[in-house]
Formats: sequence, structure tokens, C-alpha cells
Amino acid sequence: MIPFVIYTVIFIAAYYIVHNVVRRAGRSTDYTSLKTVTFGDESAVSPDRTASVISILSIFVLWGMFTGSVLLPSFLHAPGPFKGIATFEYTAETPDGARDTATVTVLVHPHGQEVSPPEIEPGDGWANNDSATISIWRSGLIRVDKNDALGRKDGARITQVNGQAIEPGGTVMTEFGRVGMSPKGTLNFVPTKGWQMEPIWLPSPEAVATRLAEIATEGFRGSTLWQHLGYSLMRVVVGFFFGAMVGIPLGYAMGLSNWFRGWFDPIVEFMRPVPPLALIPLVIIWAGIGETGKIILLFLAALWIMAIAARAGVSGVNISKVHAAYSLGASKAQIMRYVIVPNSLPEIFTGARVAMGVCWGTVVAAELVAAEKGAGMMIMVASKFQNTDIVIMGIILIGVIGFGIDMLMRWAERTMVPWKGKA
Amino acid sequence: MSGLEIDNISMRFDLVNGTSVQALKDVTLTLKPGELMSVLGPSGCGKTTLLNIVAGFLAPTGGQIMLNGRVVRGPDAERGMVFQQGALFEWMDVRQNVGFGPSMKNMPKAEKAGIVDHLLDVVGLQGFKDKAVYELSGGMQQRVALARCLANDPDVILMDEPLGALDALTREKMQSLVLKLWKETGKTIILITHSVEEALLLGERLIVMAPRPGRIHKEYRLPFAEMGVDADLREVKKHPEYTSTREEILNMIWNMEEEIMGRSEDAS
Repeated sequence: MIPFVIYTVIFIAAYYIVHNVVRRAGRSTDYTSLKTVTFGDESAVSPDRTASVISILSIFVLWGMFTGSVLLPSFLHAPGPFKGIATFEYTAETPDGARDTATVTVLVHPHGQEVSPPEIEPGDGWANNDSATISIWRSGLIRVDKNDALGRKDGARITQVNGQAIEPGGTVMTEFGRVGMSPKGTLNFVPTKGWQMEPIWLPSPEAVATRLAEIATEGFRGSTLWQHLGYSLMRVVVGFFFGAMVGIPLGYAMGLSNWFRGWFDPIVEFMRPVPPLALIPLVIIWAGIGETGKIILLFLAALWIMAIAARAGVSGVNISKVHAAYSLGASKAQIMRYVIVPNSLPEIFTGARVAMGVCWGTVVAAELVAAEKGAGMMIMVASKFQNTDIVIMGIILIGVIGFGIDMLMRWAERTMVPWKGKA
Repeated sequence: MSGLEIDNISMRFDLVNGTSVQALKDVTLTLKPGELMSVLGPSGCGKTTLLNIVAGFLAPTGGQIMLNGRVVRGPDAERGMVFQQGALFEWMDVRQNVGFGPSMKNMPKAEKAGIVDHLLDVVGLQGFKDKAVYELSGGMQQRVALARCLANDPDVILMDEPLGALDALTREKMQSLVLKLWKETGKTIILITHSVEEALLLGERLIVMAPRPGRIHKEYRLPFAEMGVDADLREVKKHPEYTSTREEILNMIWNMEEEIMGRSEDAS
């Protein structure tokens, strides 16, 4: 909730600063800026790149703030967990009313550190001082009466912490954290957790970057990072390739022949809305969890999309173009090659972009279910070991690759069908 | 025999709702080689259907089309067609579009390049031959379409409202171009148009068609096309006979439209 509020504040503040301070300095006078109607005129809306940059930066800043990243100056950090020596006092009372007070000293230390309890004086009276160790973000039971001259066996009870009364089941807040009492009368201490996230839930950006460097050099589970990503990509490319090889001719046939259209329409229309993920169990039963199964799955994911795109490409041809080609003396084969195929390319490229996106999503999901290598397998295995840094790294890499695929397809579309949308 | 014979063409087809439409009834026309004929008529009079039958895109339910003594059974390179819009191939540049017909015949490259260059000169697009067609204006695109049709050296050129989508000034320039090409190439041309002025300017013969069923209503023989080859078209339009014929045809079409409106009002 707090990160969301901060994000909203940054959004609004950045808007006012950019609009009222920065923009006022140099107002541009291009055509769009002279439009008075911009609300509702889609062509007048273009992404404000300043906003994009600030948006990305604020995500990283928020991430750093709540993970105590060393990349940020420490005054920007959200309050962290308590670390160091915490103390509180308890007062014990015997049945006959005798009271004594002792101090508990707790060393709150970072995870995984071997520490020994701090040295303390036993103190005076029958209740002795205690010491304990607790990891940050954790809590611990402290049997404070264990070393007392009059303990639980003797009927002594703890009645106060830092001078405030406490009962079994109750709690007392101290400046270092919360002291609670179990139903049996044992104290437990929870050091203040602060607002930062524990690395096990959300590692800091630099931890993810370090892990990326480590996995890039040392690999993960017997394969290098490039093998994991390469296998996922290879499956997508091979599956898409076969899907397109079958789907495009199928779509052309459906666009050119009544019989093919009638025969395949029910199949294509039925298979199109079936999410490829729903086919994973069947494909695993039939073809196992190896490469064959994955490629069959991606083939099926791409097949229907490509068939429908090719069919739409043929149907979309302006009949004047076909008539013109016939009356210029073209044969059927020439019409196919010089008119129908080039005319359908824009639709096919759109379909290919969609299909590549779906295939990339499907391969990751299939690898989550079962795989020996692959981006999805990497994050699934890491999540089982609570390696959140690897999971986040994997998600970022999957996103970057998916984005890269889309950019590549758009580039291919621009270079190969420059006439798209201009006819 | 040479020339184009439109012999007793009828066209009748069934609709989904069980009724049928008589689009054309007993249309008979003979065009000598080199004749320029414009066809005019209210919408729904079957003029585009007639053109599609001559082109071979539709099979008539009665009668036949003969070109140079042979019966027309489908589209062919001997009958070229110029469409209103959108019939150019966007994936080819101007030169490839114009050279499409020769390419389909596997004409040697040098010969094809010669034809394409010459025709681009004729239509005034020499500087644009490497441009993509979607970079050209509407008028230039129609120049490409004319050149593409001529590159195939057809016997008959069929024009389906080729200038309908152009603005008035471009249209006037293109009308002069059509006349010039007609005179230079000596092709038989059938031009379908909505515009009475265009039909008067671009027709040695002018056919007015009437609807329901589509049939020939009246035929004119006009001097304006011949005059317009050398003269400014605006001068031709000042000719007294031009004005009187225009009024006559406008009245004729106006009456037909009135009659259609009346009939559909009766029906409803």
C-alpha cells in the first residue's frame, strides 16, 4: 500500500514539475501543439518520453527504497529492520509477593551470521540478567526465568516488561520491538521489522544483477544461462516455423477453395479458442516432456493463428487487383505468386507477431510444468528453493526476450511489407 | 471479322430471397477497331455488369461477346481494364506495375524496359518510375494504371469510371490524356462514367442506358472527342451542340431517376 501511495505521489509530482517548471521554459510551436482540441483527438496524443523515463526510474527507486539497495543514498531508504543490541527489562514475582527485575540483552544480527550471545553481568537479586541472539526479520523465544534463582518451578511469574504489566497472551511494545508472552508464560521477542522487504520476498536490484552475473558465468543446474534461454528460443523458433509452414498453405487453401474452407473451418474455428496451455497435459501424455512434446505444443499454438492470418490475407485482396492481373494476362499460378501472396503478407506478418508472442508465453508455461532446460524451468526450480533473485532475474530476461522478439517482428514487417496500411 | 461485337447480351441472376434480377436485357452493340465509346446511365442500369461481361469476369445468361471473330470466355490480355482505384499492386514500384503484363508473358528484359520507359514518358511519369505507388497522388496512380494497361498492347481497353475518384482539375488533365492516348494508340475504348460531361468529351459514341432491366436507351454520335484531341477541353465545352446535348441527356437521366423513385414509392 505504501509503495503504491509513493508511486502515485511521484506520478503527480513529476507531472506538475515537468509541465509547470520544465516545459514553461521552452514551449514548442509545432503543428500538434497548436491544436486546441487534444482531448479526444487520438492523433494529438503521443507518449511523453520524459514520463516514460521517470516511470522506469521510479520503479527502480521504489524497488531500491524497499530493499535497502546500496545503489540509493541511504536517506532514501524506507526504515529498515532493527539491527544491533536490543534490551528490555522484565519483572518477576513470586507467589509471596517478592519482586525482582533483570535486563535482557538481545543481539539482532544479519542472516547467516555465526554470533554468540553478548557477554553480560548476572546482576543482583534472584532474577538474573539474560542474553540471546535473533536474526533480523525473525523472532525468538527467550526463557528469561531459566537462569533465575527462583524460576517457574518455584512459582515465580513474569508480571511486567519495561514496567508495563504483561499477562500470558499479551504483548508490550518496546523501542526495539515487540515483547510477547506465550500462554505458558515464556517471553518472545520480535525486533522491529521496518518497512523494507526481506530478500527472500524481494531481493534488491543489485542482488539480482549480481545473481545474473553469477549465473551468466557459472550457469544454473548444469546448463549455462545462454543454454537455458537458447533452448526456450529454439523451441519457439522451430515450433513457429513448422506452424507457419503448415498454417500458411492451409490458410491459403481455405481462402481459395470452397471445399478446403468447408473442411477445415470447423477444425480451425474450434481449435483457435483453445488456449495452447490447455493442451500441455495431453501433449505430455502423448509425447512426453522432451523436445518433441514442446515443439508439438508450439506448432499447435502457431498453426491456427497462422492459418487464420493467411486466410484473412487472401480474403482481404481487393477484387480489382485480381481482375486487373487476369486482364493483364496472368495465369492462376502467376496471380498466386504476384498478387495473392504479396497481398496477404501484411496479414501474415501481423499473425506472425501474434503467434510469436503466444509461442513465447506457451514455451515458458510448458517449461514451468516440466523441462530440463529453459527459461521457465529456471524460474520454477529457483522458486522451489526460494531463490527469489533468480526468479526475478528470469522474469526480467523473459520479458526482455519477448519484447526483443516483438521488436524484431516489427522491424521485419517494416522492411518486408513497407506498403502495409498505405493502400 | 475484326472489332468487338456485343451480341444480344442478357444477364439474369437469382437472389437469396428467391426472386431474380434482370440486370441486362438484349444489349447489342458493335464497335469497330479504334472506336471510343462512353456509357452513361443512372446507378443500377447494369453498365458495370456489361463491362464485366465484356472483360470476361462474368458469364452472360444470354448472348455472347465476340472479339476479332472469337467468342470471349474469360479474362484475357487482349481486353485490358482500368479500374477506378486500388487496382495497382502496392508491393511493386511504378516500373514493375507498368511492366506487369509484359512480365507475365516472359518478355525479354530489354524489350520490356523499352516499353515501360516509353509509356511512362507518354503518361508523364518518367521521373517517378522507382517510386512506390502509394507515394503517388490519385491522378498519378491512374496514369500508372493507364500505362500498365497500354503496356500489354490490348485490342480493347475497358475503363470502369477511371477518373471518378479524382478532383475536378486533375480529372480534366486526365481526360485530355485519355483522348491523346486514344488517338495515338488507336485502341478500341469503352468508358463507363457517372459524369455526363465526361461521357460527352470522351465518346465518339455515347450510349445512355436505362435501368430495370438494363438496356440501351439512346445512342449518340458526337464530334467532341475528335475536337478535344487537339483543342482545350474547356473550349470544346463552349460548343453550342455540347451544351444542348448535355441538357438533353441530363433531362433524360433525371426522368429515369424520377421514374425509379416513383416506382419504389409505389412498391412501398
